[in-house]
Amino acid sequence: MNRLPTGGQIDRTTRLRFTFDGLPYYGHAGDTLASALLANGVRLMGRSFKYHRPRGVLSAGSEEPNALVQLRKGGRQEPNTRATVAELFDGLDAASQNAWPGLKLDALAINDRLSNFLTAGFYYKTFMWPAAFWEKLYEPIIRRAAGLGAITTDADPDGYDRGFLHCDLLIIGAGPAGLAAALTAGRAGACVILADEDFCMGGRLNVETHALGDQSGADWAAGVVAELASLPNVRLLARTTVLGAFDHGIYAAVERVADHLGQPEQGKPRQILWRIYSGRAVLCAGAIERPIAFANNDRPGIMLAGAMRAYVNRWAVTPAQTVAVFTNNDDGHRTARDLMAQGVDVAAIIDTRADAPACDGVQVMAGAQVVDSSGRLGLKSITVRQANGQEHRLSIGALGVSGGWNPNVALSSHQRGRPEWDDAIAAFVPGGALPQGMQVAGAALGQFSTQGALAAGAGAAIQALSDLGKTAQAPDLPMAEDGEVRITPFWHVGGTKARAWLDFQNDVTVKDVTLAHQEGFRSVEHLKRYTTLGMATDQGKTSNMGGLAVMAELTGQSIAQTGTTMFRPPYTPVALGALAGRSVGRDFRPTRLTPSHAWAVEQGAVFVEAGMWLRAQYFPRTGETGWRQSVDREVRATRGSVGVCDVTTLGKIDVQGRDAAAFLNRIYCNGFAKLAVGRVRYGLMLREDGIAMDDGTAARLADDHFVVTTTTANAVAVFRHMEFARQCLWPDMDVQLISTTEAWAQFAVAGPQSRALLQKIVDSEFDLSNDGFPFMACGEITVCSGCPARLFRISFSGELAYEIAVPTRYGDALMRRLMDAGREFDVTPYGTEALGVMRIEKGHAAGNELNGQTTALNLGMGRMVSDKKDSIGAVLSRREGLQEENGLRMVGFMPTSPQDRVIAGAHLLEKGAALRAANDLGYVTSACYSPTLDSYIAIGFLKAGDTRLGDVLRAASPLTGHDTEVTVVSPHFVDPDGGRLRA
Amino acid sequence: MIINHPLLGPCDAQEFTYLGDARLIDRPDGMAGDAEDAFYHYAYLRDNPAGEHRELWFHEQGDRSWLVVTRNTVTHQITSVELARDVARKQGRGV
Repeated sequence: MNRLPTGGQIDRTTRLRFTFDGLPYYGHAGDTLASALLANGVRLMGRSFKYHRPRGVLSAGSEEPNALVQLRKGGRQEPNTRATVAELFDGLDAASQNAWPGLKLDALAINDRLSNFLTAGFYYKTFMWPAAFWEKLYEPIIRRAAGLGAITTDADPDGYDRGFLHCDLLIIGAGPAGLAAALTAGRAGACVILADEDFCMGGRLNVETHALGDQSGADWAAGVVAELASLPNVRLLARTTVLGAFDHGIYAAVERVADHLGQPEQGKPRQILWRIYSGRAVLCAGAIERPIAFANNDRPGIMLAGAMRAYVNRWAVTPAQTVAVFTNNDDGHRTARDLMAQGVDVAAIIDTRADAPACDGVQVMAGAQVVDSSGRLGLKSITVRQANGQEHRLSIGALGVSGGWNPNVALSSHQRGRPEWDDAIAAFVPGGALPQGMQVAGAALGQFSTQGALAAGAGAAIQALSDLGKTAQAPDLPMAEDGEVRITPFWHVGGTKARAWLDFQNDVTVKDVTLAHQEGFRSVEHLKRYTTLGMATDQGKTSNMGGLAVMAELTGQSIAQTGTTMFRPPYTPVALGALAGRSVGRDFRPTRLTPSHAWAVEQGAVFVEAGMWLRAQYFPRTGETGWRQSVDREVRATRGSVGVCDVTTLGKIDVQGRDAAAFLNRIYCNGFAKLAVGRVRYGLMLREDGIAMDDGTAARLADDHFVVTTTTANAVAVFRHMEFARQCLWPDMDVQLISTTEAWAQFAVAGPQSRALLQKIVDSEFDLSNDGFPFMACGEITVCSGCPARLFRISFSGELAYEIAVPTRYGDALMRRLMDAGREFDVTPYGTEALGVMRIEKGHAAGNELNGQTTALNLGMGRMVSDKKDSIGAVLSRREGLQEENGLRMVGFMPTSPQDRVIAGAHLLEKGAALRAANDLGYVTSACYSPTLDSYIAIGFLKAGDTRLGDVLRAASPLTGHDTEVTVVSPHFVDPDGGRLRA
Repeated sequence: MIINHPLLGPCDAQEFTYLGDARLIDRPDGMAGDAEDAFYHYAYLRDNPAGEHRELWFHEQGDRSWLVVTRNTVTHQITSVELARDVARKQGRGV
């Protein structure tokens, strides 16, 4: 077909079988999917995004806007892959996308006929109203019609990884400049990373025919790569795209370890996301050719001239038997010469320049333009308008177009770099403040000759190493092509009503830019957003320049004045799997297990996630059919006899030092200075703005030693806050903090028989009688014949209760001992649900009430805030706005019919008031069924709630539909006087 | 970003938790006569400079030091990193 008989860097001895849209084809090792398809005569590779126009390859690299395909099947199915960079492997299963029922006959190609209605701003203008239509009508239709490939819903069977690399010098791109830089720095002994997105390093050296010294470019590149591979201080990362330049010399790169294989080797990841810390970096990313817009310039077979000769030289493939070249610069002539050298019939060079040079063996039409093309599914002919105005048709199968080359400035603008216009090459070059430590060399800086790129790469490496205090010598570089850039800017062929494409991927035409100009969207940023120019997955690598040039023409400004939009990371699209790395499924984040976890699993506990912790939620027993049954039983058993709950997850902070008491006195809003040794006190912490932050207890084990507890959710934040106070506010206080959450296993032992149970565990020399160890006592004790422990007589349930702590490694054993010793009391383990029910019954505030909006006064603890001392948050808690008499107060609620459910989140209104925000009186924060009261109960915040006890209100939740009549009551449903606590 | 910790050397910013303006060190005296006004300024009024900014970072995944980092908010250039405790002492804070 179109495979040339000789040449190319392909292994003709290896035949690789692959399929495209179900049809079998063959290619060779070294092929990309695009080159293999072209070799098989397949020009049509996809349909465009909006108009569903037939499309083929435009480029031979990662800038490809058209040839987006879907690779593989099942869990490995991957949409929107550029065929131009997909390395061919045996068994590759590729499919076109965005076409139904098929690529050659696509139903939505009707959009192309409707193009007069689908111009720039179509969505903004058409789908404005009614708003309600968006979700149900417009969006589903648009999502079905637009969009590219389909993702699979199967799990990805492959692993992805993340890694960290450090180097003196990161070199991005392994073309002539990058290889020269790497050779210079590598020989000097510097730690070098050379990254290139291609599977074969060499860049344009692999696709051009000019010699380096007495070698071909490809051979010279292979020799340098071999030497670099032998240097232990050089790491070569082929198949690796540097995605972004971040602060302080940090780069992100994705290495496609196994995308070129049917599946990854055993134990290897599919891709690795590297974070590279570099001392210096040299950007050698080359240049990207830009097309010239003309009527119907998007047909399969019309491609960039540089890509056309890349296919011929590297892959020995011609896109057609007869071709032509349309150019505004000398580089286009190079394509014609290379193709002719390979025996391809070049019909003509259409050169827009009146003074175009001649070219041996082919007719050069100077001052001519391509004004139209034909061929529904692939190029059949073009219409050329000669300098004298005559038009005639040329029958060709492919057209190479060259509008000049843009330095690939993307990474240079990821920080604050702003590309600057260079008239000499009619393109933007890197400008402004480049990312820290970055230099640019070679074509990426506008140095387009091979000789210039080699020298610039070596020079940049010497400079970079010198910045790092190292010396390096330039290697002997071969003599190479050193031609000048000769170009006369020419952006689009005018005088036509037909559409001329600028952005192929997002279907933006010259007409669309003209419309944007007419409607006032003239700044480049507006142009981009209104027309979507450059907003596709290719970020406009081949299209931005043309769009800017057309806008400049329309506004009568220069391109330099018009400016350009910025490129942003990632340089090319990244698989989400690579970003996630190993943080997927169970490994998304660590799982923290309580000391009694293994025991709880044995009991058949149901677990719930509390942050990273897994906590026992309840312990179902045989015969129980629903969670409520289990929870009600656990509550009744605890209140009736004794229950045990693992409360290890509460944060624990050890506070020691001469000033420990004075320190806590400033951290908590209530007083701590006078707390006696051996006593515990409830403490409320405020934020400096006066809002409640967290609550817990502080137990004084010695004059200079406290143990502070925090809620499970705030353990980290409270510790950070206390360190802030210690280091930043009162740096000379003698106080040390350490988090001991994981060091101590802690269990609540609650219920009237809790003392009796503990007496069987605690060593006999410790007096647990009510006088010997009263409510809010604490002490260091021993249990089970000498095991060190801490005992606190505190209660969250409202019962006679203790919390007992042992070193974590004894936690499992202690739980088993408690269960054994408690058999005579019918001891019952309880989970977080029963814990929650009992604290609501007792009216204790928890996370739902300490919700970042409530003050001590709201919580009914206003008097706790001491005005006798300076503590964090005290001053601002007293400000006027937080002291309103009509403010929210925490109260309890009982439904007037006990079995009517009250819902947390329900809002409170007067009976009969309409369900409107204006009538809102507060909200319910926590609600449950109370087995103790045989009724639903709730607590929440009500305006002036303390004055409304006994009133009947409405608790309504528009979300769930619950609407319940409730009576306002004290939040302390159980034992309001606290008699049980002190028993 | 890389923060050059005065005790530990260069560390990735991901190891740190950010708080904000280092003026949070200058907590007023809650018992002073003008406390309400002083705390209003302290808690709510901040400069938001485009340029050099002294800010508090906590080495949460490291040694738990609070640091005062002088960072240019436009370029992200970091010109100085100090232990917040040293800064607080220099500013006259004690017990």
